[in-house]
Amino acid sequence: MSEVIFLVDHSAGKITKAAGELATYAKSIGDSVAVVFADNAQPIVDQLNTFPVDKVITIAGEFDKYGPAAIADGLAQLLTDRKPAAVLITSTANGKEIAARASVITGSGIITDAVNVDKDLITTQSVFGGSTTVHATVTKGVPIITLRANSIEATGATSSAAVEIFAATISEAAKLAPITSSTPVVKGGRPDLTEASIVVSGGRGTNGDFKPVEALADALGAAVGASRAATDAGWYPHSNQVGQTGKTVSPQLYVAAGISGAIQHRAGMQTSKTIVAINKDPEAPILEIADFAVVGDLFNVLPQATAQIIARKG
Amino acid sequence: MKIAICIKQVPDSWAEKKMAGGVLDRAGVDAVLNDLDEYAVEEALRIVEANSPTKEAGEGSGHTITLISMGPERATEAIRKALSMGADDAILVTDPSLAGSDALATSLVLSEVIKKGNYDLVLCGTESTDARMSVIPAMISQRLGWAQLTFAGKVAVNPAANTVEIERVTEFGNQVMSAKFPAVLSVVEKINEPRYPSFKGIMAAKKKPITNMSLADTGVGSSDVGSAAAWSNVKEALPRPPRGAGVKLTDEGNGGEKLVEFLVEKRLA
Ligand SMILES: Cc1cc2nc3c(=O)[nH]c(=O)nc-3n(C[C@H](O)[C@H](O)[C@H](O)COP(=O)(O)OP(=O)(O)OC[C@H]3O[C@@H](n4cnc5c(N)ncnc54)[C@H](O)[C@@H]3O)c2cc1C
Ligand SMILES: Nc1ncnc2c1ncn2[C@@H]1O[C@H](COP(=O)(O)O)[C@@H](O)[C@H]1O
Repeated sequence: MSEVIFLVDHSAGKITKAAGELATYAKSIGDSVAVVFADNAQPIVDQLNTFPVDKVITIAGEFDKYGPAAIADGLAQLLTDRKPAAVLITSTANGKEIAARASVITGSGIITDAVNVDKDLITTQSVFGGSTTVHATVTKGVPIITLRANSIEATGATSSAAVEIFAATISEAAKLAPITSSTPVVKGGRPDLTEASIVVSGGRGTNGDFKPVEALADALGAAVGASRAATDAGWYPHSNQVGQTGKTVSPQLYVAAGISGAIQHRAGMQTSKTIVAINKDPEAPILEIADFAVVGDLFNVLPQATAQIIARKG
Repeated sequence: MKIAICIKQVPDSWAEKKMAGGVLDRAGVDAVLNDLDEYAVEEALRIVEANSPTKEAGEGSGHTITLISMGPERATEAIRKALSMGADDAILVTDPSLAGSDALATSLVLSEVIKKGNYDLVLCGTESTDARMSVIPAMISQRLGWAQLTFAGKVAVNPAANTVEIERVTEFGNQVMSAKFPAVLSVVEKINEPRYPSFKGIMAAKKKPITNMSLADTGVGSSDVGSAAAWSNVKEALPRPPRGAGVKLTDEGNGGEKLVEFLVEKRLA
C-alpha cells in the first residue's frame, strides 16, 4: 500500500490534538507515516502510539532555530526520497508556510485549509466564509494538503510503529533568518481554542464583561473566543480572536453571545457543526446561520443556561 | 532603501462571492485593495518615515516604495489607493494568459518581477481575503532564496547595518527573528493602523507612474501560468446547502433553559 506522510505538530514536548486527526486521515488513504522534527523525538513518538500510525520517521537538526523554512527543506528531501502518495499538514501559520515552501522545492501542487480528504485524495474546502464548498485534487508532484484542525474525529488505536531516522540538511537560504528568542503562548486552564470541541465566544455585546461567557464555557468544558470588537477594545486577549484575522475554529458547538456576525467573524467559525447565537437584535446576521438562536439579553440568557447545565450535572 | 510591496486587488470581502467555472467570478463584484495589504503599505511608509531626513516618504526621503501587483487591468484602482497612501510608483503585471493562475504561478511571476528591482525588502499582507491561502510570501522567499520574516507583529529596520528584526506572531507564541537584507516580510493586521489617504495624497497619486508589464516582460513562459498550468484542479464548486432553517425564539424569561434543552437534545450538554 502506498504511504501517506503526515507532519506531527508538537510544542513543549507534547503533540497537538491535530496529530491524531492527521494520522486518522492518513490511515484512511494508505499506510500512515508520521514525521517528527525534533532532537529528542522519543517522548513525542510515544504519544503517537494511541493513534493509527504504521511508521514513524524522525528528523533531528536545528529546526527549532530556523523554523518553517528549515522544516520545509527537510520535508522536501523526505518527499524526494520516499515519494509518498500525499503529505498531510495541519492548517496553521507554520503548517501552511512549510507546505508552501515544500511545494516550490519539489514542484508539487498544494491545497490549503481542507476540511476533508478522501481515499482518492479529493479534498473538500469551504470557501467565501462558508458559502461555497469546493472539491479539488492535486495534479502535479506529491499532493501537499493542509487540513484544518477539528475536521475529523481521531480514531484511537494501539500501535507500536517502527521508528526510522532520516538525515536531512538545511540549506543556506533557510538559515538566513534565525529565531533569536521565543515566548510560547501561556496556556490557561481552558481547552485550546482551535482544538476545543465547544467554543463560547463573546463580542461587543458583553460590554467588556466576559464573566457570563467564561462561566458558560466552564460549565460546558469549552474554550473562550472573542470577536475582533472585543479584542480590539482590550476586553480579551488577541490570541482568542475568532475570524479571518484571528483563529479559524470548527468545533462541534459554537456559541456566539453579543456578536453581530460580520463576514470576517463568520469566516472563522462558519464550519462549526452546530451554531448557537444569543443576540438582542432580531436582525443580527449571525442569526441567519444559527441552528438555534435566542433573541434576548446575554446577561439574562447565559447565566440561566449556565445554572441549568450545572444543575443537570447534579 | 528600496522597498517593494506586493498588493492584490480582491473582491470586496463584504460582497457575496460566487464561483464560475471552477474559479472565482470576479467580474460580478466590487473590487478593492486587499485590506490586509493596507497594513503592509502602512508599515513600509512608517519604515521610510522613521529613516528619512524629511520624516516623510517620497522624494527627498532617500528611499523608494514600489507596489507590485499581478491582476487584471482594473487592479489599477487598488494600486491608486496604495499610491494615495504614499507609495512612490507601481508595477502591474496583466496578461490574458494569467487568468486562473494558482499560488505557484502567482509567486513565480511576482518573484521574477522582484528580481529585476534590486529591492532590500519586500512586504506582503498575511493573506489575500479571496484566496485565503497565506502562502505567497513563503513561496516568494523560497523562490528568491531570501530570508523569510513572516507574520510580523513588529518590525525594526536598521538601514545602516542592512538588517531587519521582526516579532513573529503565530498560534504557537511569539518569536524574534532577524536577518540581513534582502528579506521577504509579511505583516499581521495588529501591527499598525493604516492611514486614510489625504486629499493631497489622492491628487499626487494621479501623477505617480504605473508600469504595465505583460507576461513576456517578466520572462515567465505562458506554459507556467494560467488555469492550464494550475497544479491543483477544482472538480466542482457547490453553493453550500443553506443551513437548515434554525430555531429562533425570543427570550421570555426562559431563553437560557430553552437553550439548554436544545443542547441536551443534540447531546452537546
Ligand atoms: C481586515 C479586517 C479583519 C477583520 N477580522 C476580524 C476577525 O478576525 N474576527 C472578527 O470577529 N472580526 C473581524 N473584523 C471585524 C468585523 O468586521 C466586525 O467589526 C466585528 O466582528 C464586530 O464584532 P462584534 O460582533 O462583537 O460587534 P458588533 O458588530 O458591534 O456587534 C455586537 C452585537 O451584540 C449585540 N448585543 C449588544 N448588547 C447585547 C446584549 N446585552 N445581549 C445580547 N446581544 C447584545 C448587538 O445586537 C450586536 O449584534 C475584521 C475587520 C476587518 C476590516
Ligand atoms: N496577485 C497578487 N499580486 C500581488 N501580490 C499578491 C498577489 N497575490 C497575493 N499577493 C500577496 O501575498 C499575500 C498573501 O496572499 P495569499 O497567499 O494569496 O493569501 C497578500 O497579502 C499579498 O501581499
